[in-house]
Amino acid sequence: MSTVRANLELLPRGLQVALLLGAACLAVFPFAGSDFYTQMVTRMMIMGIFAMSFDLLQGVTGLVSQGHAAFFGLGGYALAFLTPADGPISIWWTLPLVVVGITALALVIGFLVIRTSGIYFIMVTLAISQMIFHLFFDNKPLGGSDGLYINFRPTASLFGWIPIDLESRRSFYYVVLVAMLLIFAFLRRLLWSPFGRALAGIRVNEHRMKAIGFNTFAYKLAAFTLGSALAGIAGYFYGMLNGLVSPELMAFQMSALVLMMVVLGGAGNFAGAILGAFAFELMLFIFKDLPTVGPVELGKHWQLWMGLFIVLLISFAPRGVLGVVERLSARKAA
Amino acid sequence: MDLTSFLIQLLNSVQYGLLLFMLAAGLTLIFGIMNVVNLAHGSFYMLGAYLAWSLTAHLGSFAEAIVVGSVLSIVFGIVLEKVLIRHYYERDHLDQVLVTFGLIYVFEELRAMLWGVDVHGVAVPALLSQSLPLTENQAYPVYRLFMSGVCLALALGLYLVISKTRLGMRIRAGAFNREMTESLGINSSLISSIVFALGVGLAAIAGMIAAPISSVYPNMGSDILITCFVVVVIGGIGSIRGAMVASILVGLVDTFGKVLLPSAAGMMVYLLMAAMLLWKPEGLFKP
Repeated sequence: MSTVRANLELLPRGLQVALLLGAACLAVFPFAGSDFYTQMVTRMMIMGIFAMSFDLLQGVTGLVSQGHAAFFGLGGYALAFLTPADGPISIWWTLPLVVVGITALALVIGFLVIRTSGIYFIMVTLAISQMIFHLFFDNKPLGGSDGLYINFRPTASLFGWIPIDLESRRSFYYVVLVAMLLIFAFLRRLLWSPFGRALAGIRVNEHRMKAIGFNTFAYKLAAFTLGSALAGIAGYFYGMLNGLVSPELMAFQMSALVLMMVVLGGAGNFAGAILGAFAFELMLFIFKDLPTVGPVELGKHWQLWMGLFIVLLISFAPRGVLGVVERLSARKAA
Repeated sequence: MDLTSFLIQLLNSVQYGLLLFMLAAGLTLIFGIMNVVNLAHGSFYMLGAYLAWSLTAHLGSFAEAIVVGSVLSIVFGIVLEKVLIRHYYERDHLDQVLVTFGLIYVFEELRAMLWGVDVHGVAVPALLSQSLPLTENQAYPVYRLFMSGVCLALALGLYLVISKTRLGMRIRAGAFNREMTESLGINSSLISSIVFALGVGLAAIAGMIAAPISSVYPNMGSDILITCFVVVVIGGIGSIRGAMVASILVGLVDTFGKVLLPSAAGMMVYLLMAAMLLWKPEGLFKP
């Protein structure tokens, strides 16, 4: 791997400016767009958090999990189970509880799967997430194939005082935006900490890291657990947004889609993950909205366009949008 | 469970296991020889089932449908390998996962455009539609025995080709050390085409003969694909022998799981895999 392919860990100045501008646009968006688009961008930002959580595994540490969606789905399901039938529940203790629960589960699963590597890791994570999928899909008390409704969105009420009204689309949008930016800042900080450097070292050459005395198993387990917990947060928000969780959230298709988002944006620097999530969601929206040309309803066949897009992208631009940016800027520098 | 129902379930397990083997053998060969993870392998199974359904309707005969369908799917496999898959032999597993994942969507949507989204049934051919009476009220369908027979015959054929022929020798050599094989003047690109087409053919035949008992429906490839991954992981990636043993094992666990513990049945094979990984992280057999 050449130095140019160091995953854009140091975001170039131009990109930093673009990201700041993007964040500013997101901050004023709810005042420009309708409720529909506010909701859509909220969804994109949630997928952005999910994609960043996956980037920590895949882009930074080199763990290509194909079961990451299980933790995303479990975050949503946990909210569904915690919400009583007769009223909302407080976000202040349920969100931390969900994070703690998923962290514990991820430690156990990670302990099992991190014993494997390479192709085995891909297949084993895939199989474990399918096991969780079937647990929910096959059992009616856990929602079965229909999933579960979350009848009341959690409230932010503190002893009667309500700092943010989560029922309002606009304030929920800002909660997710702030969460996304905080997680981004945290992960960027982490990336340049000694811990993050060790993770990147494991991606580049695990044997060498072992040889110089790093307990790579523990580092990988920590990354796996942290990534899973963040995915759980994304899932919790997703449940809040939709008011419904279904087993599809945990299916392997979801894991492959989040991988797709990270690859589309550019892996290993978290900015690409957000970018990829936004771009992919936007593209799906466009594909589903394609016009009918003559007798052919283009929009109805959106899965075909998505599939072809994935095949073409991986064939011709395997390092995504940021990869292309990087190639262009490298050419300019040369 | 009395002895007769136990026997019936045992036969069902073996039949399901052999069917899994048809897919798992292709998956494990394609991985062992070309180092490619193929998520779209389940789509070939679905392709087979839909071919069986539509060809039976057109040709009027299930047997003819199987022959024509096998030829069509092998041609399809060759074309797919030449156009797309061969460019991925040297790429990351990650790229292979994604590109074959994209293919699943392409195939599913093409299937929807070509054959619609309804569930279809294929009639069991008249010749094989009887049941063997076991007791007064229990019988075993002949067709399931026929399925097991076909799978066994193909598995045996595969074994003979790989272990006794010159082609098989080259395939094994390619799996062992591709570069060395090439430097000895063996056309490994041709071998890859053959192996991939063989894998597609086996999966499609599995789909075709399974069509009369499982019905033909959208996304039928995805479920069986994941089960086949479990088989391949348990058996040891790249090992045909491992795929055989693991297929039967998974068939037994899944079938008896459904009978004995219906609510946890979907999870049983994955628990088996987790247990196996703790015991032997590299699978039962090394290729």
